[in-house]
Amino acid sequence: MLRQIEGSRAVAEAVALCRPDVICAYPISPQTHIVEGLGELVKSGALQPCEFINVESEFAAMSVAIGASAAGARSYTATASQGLLFMAEAVYNASGLGLPIVMTIANRAIGAPINIWNDHSDSMSQRDCGWIQLFAETNQEALDLHIQAFKLAEEMSMPVMVCMDGFILTHAVERVDMPTQADVDAFLPPYEPRQVLDPAEPVSIGALVGPEAFMEVRYLAHARQTMALERIPQIAAEFAERFGRHSGGLVRGYRLEDAETVVIALGSVLGTLKDTVDELRDNGLKIGVLGIHSYRPFPLAAVRAALQGVQRVVVLEKSFSVGLGGVVSADVRLALSGLALRGCTVVAGLGGRAITKASLARLLVDAVADRLPSLSFLDLDWGIVNRQLEREKQMRRSGPVAENLLRDVGAVASKVH
Amino acid sequence: MLQIRIHGRGGQGVVTAAELLAVAAFEQGRHAQAFPSFGSERTGAPVVAFCRIADREIRLREPIMAPDVLIVQDPTLLHQVDVFQGLKPDGYVLINSRLDFDHLGLAEISQRFRRERLTTVPATEIALRHLGRPLPNAVLLGGFAALSGLITLDAVEHAIRGRFSGKVAEGNVAAAAEAFAFVRDELEALSHAPTD
Repeated sequence: MLRQIEGSRAVAEAVALCRPDVICAYPISPQTHIVEGLGELVKSGALQPCEFINVESEFAAMSVAIGASAAGARSYTATASQGLLFMAEAVYNASGLGLPIVMTIANRAIGAPINIWNDHSDSMSQRDCGWIQLFAETNQEALDLHIQAFKLAEEMSMPVMVCMDGFILTHAVERVDMPTQADVDAFLPPYEPRQVLDPAEPVSIGALVGPEAFMEVRYLAHARQTMALERIPQIAAEFAERFGRHSGGLVRGYRLEDAETVVIALGSVLGTLKDTVDELRDNGLKIGVLGIHSYRPFPLAAVRAALQGVQRVVVLEKSFSVGLGGVVSADVRLALSGLALRGCTVVAGLGGRAITKASLARLLVDAVADRLPSLSFLDLDWGIVNRQLEREKQMRRSGPVAENLLRDVGAVASKVH
Repeated sequence: MLQIRIHGRGGQGVVTAAELLAVAAFEQGRHAQAFPSFGSERTGAPVVAFCRIADREIRLREPIMAPDVLIVQDPTLLHQVDVFQGLKPDGYVLINSRLDFDHLGLAEISQRFRRERLTTVPATEIALRHLGRPLPNAVLLGGFAALSGLITLDAVEHAIRGRFSGKVAEGNVAAAAEAFAFVRDELEALSHAPTD
């Protein structure tokens, strides 16, 4: 049924349609509306049987999800930013133990400086933790990916993060097609665990593993993610067949035909990019977009296949590896090794900096003319950067950087964007 | 694509207004996208919310920098925030005030833009009468329906009833209808006024 609702509400209802047994959560912006919505659905009896457990921290949220999942319950939680960092130890345990928990990440920057707005630093910080990471472009896709995520997680016995841009998607009210319970039930079978804590057949989960088998346990996690590379497109195809729309998969291209330049990105910025590329195409630029929807496992072969015959690649990322540059770019470069391609990284939208069509158009025109350096920062305010560098040169006690820069830009609250 | 920017203060229901507009547009079979300015909202702080309405899927995710419509829920913002920033030359402006543009110190604005698309409505007073609380957001949407004809009063009422219930819903619906009539009469008077 078509509905005009907030992204967080859409995700809450989609998760409820997946019939989770246990939901544990701790509030943090911009994820809070999702678990608030689920809390209401549990309290009203619309979602039952389901136990909603309020916990005292994100670390507890993941720990409770681990316990519930090990006991055979379909388990769900959601977090963002510092919350994800705080649960990090348990995040690794969930994947190391092979427990198919599904968690929404409402992508948000990491402090300091403290910042509640969107970028991909939080989930990228956990890219090596062994969870599958899927990225949503729209609220419809966020909703759909949760339904696919439970199926994928439980088949593979590994946890899945569904990443959606905080505020930009979570707080946007737009049209979504909400599936029926019958369709979701037909798509997602009841959870049949590979391992379960059962007093009738006692096992222990979480043994100490020494040098004799640790590498093998790790390798098997990698082997499962490699298998997931095959299952993700299949599940997306099964989803499309039942629900009549394309969501998920490994990568999706837009106007790649005869494209000489391709921009690669993840998440909601793909929408603005597509609008920009339409206009540039009208002006004769041969340019296309490649959206990465599965970041872990990383689809090396699919990325390489999509970029055959392309002359240059721009990786537009909302993540930043300080001291190196791009995060996604490093993976894309690996996918392209041996291909004669010009590549550059553009870091954009950190901490909620708006990524506008006008800025993207200027950027891509520069890219096509080979005027982009290998690493650049979209709409960086060089004025305040240079002023701070000068200050640091002039005096030892130059003071806290963030406070200095805020003074330089003046009040921010009165600006429209 | 129609782009609407709503300015107000934390606590005035700015975000809710954008969401109600999106729902009203959806009820009329259109695509709509409402989103807040992503601030850490505090009561009384300047807040901005956005709404896009189109006949096809809306993919654009940038803030609205060149709006077709401006709704200002709090006239004290006029001297604090450049609310008119980027407004299209043929844009609509609706301000919550008992005063007209000239008396708000906006004579220069009313010369730069199309006069029949600029108006004020005493939304806070109307809200106080119908709701007993100074919440101008839904009231202004009634005024916007009359000013622009881009959305019907019916769709606004339906969106209000979808969001609220009981006395709050009925109070807002009555207040939106009064604002609709108020703006319609203002425009009527304007169309008969001699042009100078």
